[in-house]
Order: sequence, then structure tokens, then C-alpha cells
Amino acid sequence: MRLLVSDLTHRYDDLTVLDGIDLTLAEGEILAVIGPSGCGKSTLLGIAGGIVAPTAGSIRVEGEVPDGCLNPITFIFQDFALLPWRTVEDNVALVLEHHPLSSAERRERIDSGLRRMGLWEFRKALPKQLSGGMRQRVGIARALAVRPAMLLLDEPLSALDAQTRELLMDDFLELWRREKTTALYVTHNLDEALRLADRVCVLSRRPGRIRELVIIEEPRERRQEPSAQAHLAEVRDRLWHLMKAEAQMADREIARA
Amino acid sequence: MPDSLNPTTIPTASARGQPVRFRGGGFTVKRHPWAALAAFALLIAVWEGASRLGLASPLFLPPPSAVVRALAGMVTDGSLWLNLKASLGRIAVGWVLGTAGGMLVGFAMGIFSTARAIGVPLVSAFFPIPKIALLPLFILWFGIGEPSKFATIGFGVFFPTVIATYSAIDQVPRNLIRMAQSFGLPWRSILRSIVLPGALPGILAGFRITASIALILVVAAEMIGAEYGIGAFVLMAGNLMQTDTLLAGVLVLSLLGLAIGTVLSQLERRLLNWR
Repeated sequence: MRLLVSDLTHRYDDLTVLDGIDLTLAEGEILAVIGPSGCGKSTLLGIAGGIVAPTAGSIRVEGEVPDGCLNPITFIFQDFALLPWRTVEDNVALVLEHHPLSSAERRERIDSGLRRMGLWEFRKALPKQLSGGMRQRVGIARALAVRPAMLLLDEPLSALDAQTRELLMDDFLELWRREKTTALYVTHNLDEALRLADRVCVLSRRPGRIRELVIIEEPRERRQEPSAQAHLAEVRDRLWHLMKAEAQMADREIARA
Repeated sequence: MPDSLNPTTIPTASARGQPVRFRGGGFTVKRHPWAALAAFALLIAVWEGASRLGLASPLFLPPPSAVVRALAGMVTDGSLWLNLKASLGRIAVGWVLGTAGGMLVGFAMGIFSTARAIGVPLVSAFFPIPKIALLPLFILWFGIGEPSKFATIGFGVFFPTVIATYSAIDQVPRNLIRMAQSFGLPWRSILRSIVLPGALPGILAGFRITASIALILVVAAEMIGAEYGIGAFVLMAGNLMQTDTLLAGVLVLSLLGLAIGTVLSQLERRLLNWR
């Protein structure tokens, strides 16, 4: 499934947060969106997922919805968005409850997501009994249960510690290796973008405009190898060069506000 | 390496220097399970002692032993159950009516902006009225019998329930609702699976307040016009200068409040074990 963003603008009252965004997300591509705080990254994701109505411009999807897909565009949230009163398996079950599935298929979707995320033993636990990393794994299992065609990830690792981030990045890589799901990945973290994305979209400070789309040539599966480090360091420098001045100016604007 | 970091020259733990003074502690709540019991026992002992030593007139402040005897008398002659049954029945009907209505209106105000725009000024205008002041009006409307007492209690319970319910809905994290919308959950499912359980802590906290209000109003209503009920019983005992019986009635009210609080605590523990 492809995502086509055309001349997208969004305002909150008098405040323009996104201005003239044109973007195409190819089938199976992972596009990271980076930019300073307040540049409209999460708003872009909200619009792409249909939970924020854009002020102007259009956002469309193209392509076939795969068999078994119950929610083509599916979010993975920064704060996990788990229901604290439901167990792990019931959190996953929530997103299937309104679909006419047989009980066997429902069970299979829940169980396979939990097993893939290593949560089987914790299926009866409440979110408060889990670590941050485990909670995000529940969020991923919930997303997998609907077999999405496109994932929208809103800084999914930013609330987690460094080791857990590494482990979850491995999980994401494994997920994408198997599913080839198209993904729009919003992050503050250049290392996450460099590790996971095919292209990186750098947004300017508010109002967010596309400063540059940077392609990461190195194949994802080779990015941990020593031979890839020179290229990745070069891309990282370029991204940081694009980001640094914007981030500094955004910081000053926040301080003045 | 600086000489001060050289392992051969670092002084061993010895009498050199001063120990670091502990500055933490305090400002924490510690459990003292026996303190409350000891305080109760002391209060009762002082009260009993003051009465026996003639420091307080038994007519105006009978000793606890006399109150317990009066309570035992109420149990044996059946007046405790007769009056308690009447009060509990009024509380139950009035509270259920007020709570059901309050939750219905509170939910509407929590969910629909128009209902809130209409409801908030009305609730703000009616909530501060002392509800017992409306009992004469309810007696005119519904007669001196039970319906006027149900209406007083129901009306008293209704407004705090409305406020507790719509405030509780405001407290439901919006990110959970957006999550549900992003997975395409229908409106009814969002209400049932997210809004209702998310608002439950605030609604149950409201029950605690409305149960106390119901207890206060039942006593007041029974004092104005009832043959049976703890309020009527206490008033009658006061008129006959039977202060030991009067205090036994007050003790029953206190125990009733405690019992209702315990039931609500159990309910919270059962329904909100996820917190």
C-alpha cells in the first residue's frame, strides 16, 4: 500500500504547524520523519492515520489491502496507549472485538502476536506489571493482530531506555524483514532513523516544511556491519547538519514563547 | 594518574575525615495500625471515667457503658431492626434513583458538548441548595409518606453524581480514545470498553460522597416527618431525655456510615485492582 501526501497544510487556530507537504511513501518502504520539536511530525502522522483532519491538501492511499487485513493503517504509539484495566491478551483482543471473526481466528491472531513478541507467558498480566519495553511489545502485538498494510509509528521507542530501544529495533527489523509492511516512522533519534529507514524526511522548524529527503543507500540488513559505518556516518553528519540549525532556532522560539 | 587517585596512596577507610551526616527521613507516612484503636480506647476510658467520677452528668452525657446497654436493649426489643430497616430502605431507594439519574445526565454532559453547555449552569445553580430545605416542597408534592423522603435523598445525591460522572469522563485519557478510533472501534465500543471503565475511579469516588449525603439526608428527613427510622428514633429519644438511647441511635448511624464505607472500599478494591 502506498501513501500519497499532496500539498498538506495544517493549522491549529492561527498557528501553522505543517505547510505544503508533498510526500510519497512507496509500498514496503520505511520512511523516517525527523525534525525539531513542534515541527508537526506527530500531526503529520495523525493526519496520515485519519485521526487529525487536515486544514488543506490531501492524503490518499493506493494499492490493494492484503487478505486478512482488518485495519490497513495502524498506529504504534509513543505512550503505548494500553488500557490499564485489561490484561495483555485483552488489550490485543480489544482491536478485534468489532470484527466478525470466528473465535478460532480471533484466538489465533491474539496468540500469534503475543508469541511473536515474547509475551505469551505474560498474557494474563496487567500493563502495570510490565516494563516499558514489554508494554510497547503489547502495542506491537496489538498492531500485528489486525495485519496492517501500513504502520504509523509515533516515536515508539522514545519512552524507553537505551538497551530496550536496541532490543525493540531488532524486533522492528525482524518484523519488516518478514512482513514488508510500509511504515511512516516519526522519531527524534537519528540513530533509529539510520538503522531502520530507507529514506529520511527532514522537516524544518514550525511551520514544518520538507527540508530534504535523504536516501540511505546501505541495505538495512548490512547496517550493523563495519563496512557500512563510513556511509552511515556520512549520512548521519548530513542529517545532523540539516537538523542542527533548525533545532537551535526552534529551541530559541520555544524559549521566547 | 593524579597522586590522589593512586591506589597505593588513597587512604584506607579509617578515622580520617568525618562521617556523612544522614539528612533523609521524615515526610513519609508510616503505618501505625494500633494507634487508632488505642486512641478510641483512651477516649472511651476518659469518657467512662469522667461519668463515673461525677465530672459529667449522666443525664446530659451518659457513660459509654450506658450507651452500650441502650443499644443492647434496642437489639432485644426489636426497635433497632425496625428503625434500621426503615432508614436503609429510604437510603437504598433514594440513592439508587439519584445515582441512576445523575450518572445518566453526567454521562450525557461528559460526552456531548451541547448537553454540557446546557447542564453545567443548571447544575451550578441547583447544586448549592441545601436539599433538606426542599423537603417541605416535596411533602406538598408527594405527601408526608415515603416518596417525599426518596425525592429529598435522590435530589441530594443527583447533583454530586452528575459532577463526579462528567469530571470522571474528562479524566479518561484522550490518547486511549484516539487509539481506539485509530483501530476503527465503533462509538458504542469506545464508550463501553474505554470511557466507562476509565471513568469508574471517579464515579466510585463520587459514590463515597453521595453515600454520606444520603445518610445525612435520611436522618434529617426522618426527623421532620417519619414514624420509624434512625432519625425519628434519635429525635424521639431526645424529646424523652433518654440520652443513652439517643447516643445509641447516633452510634448506629456511625456504624452504618462505617459499613457503607467498607462496602465501597471492597467494591473499589474489586473493580479497580488494575490501579
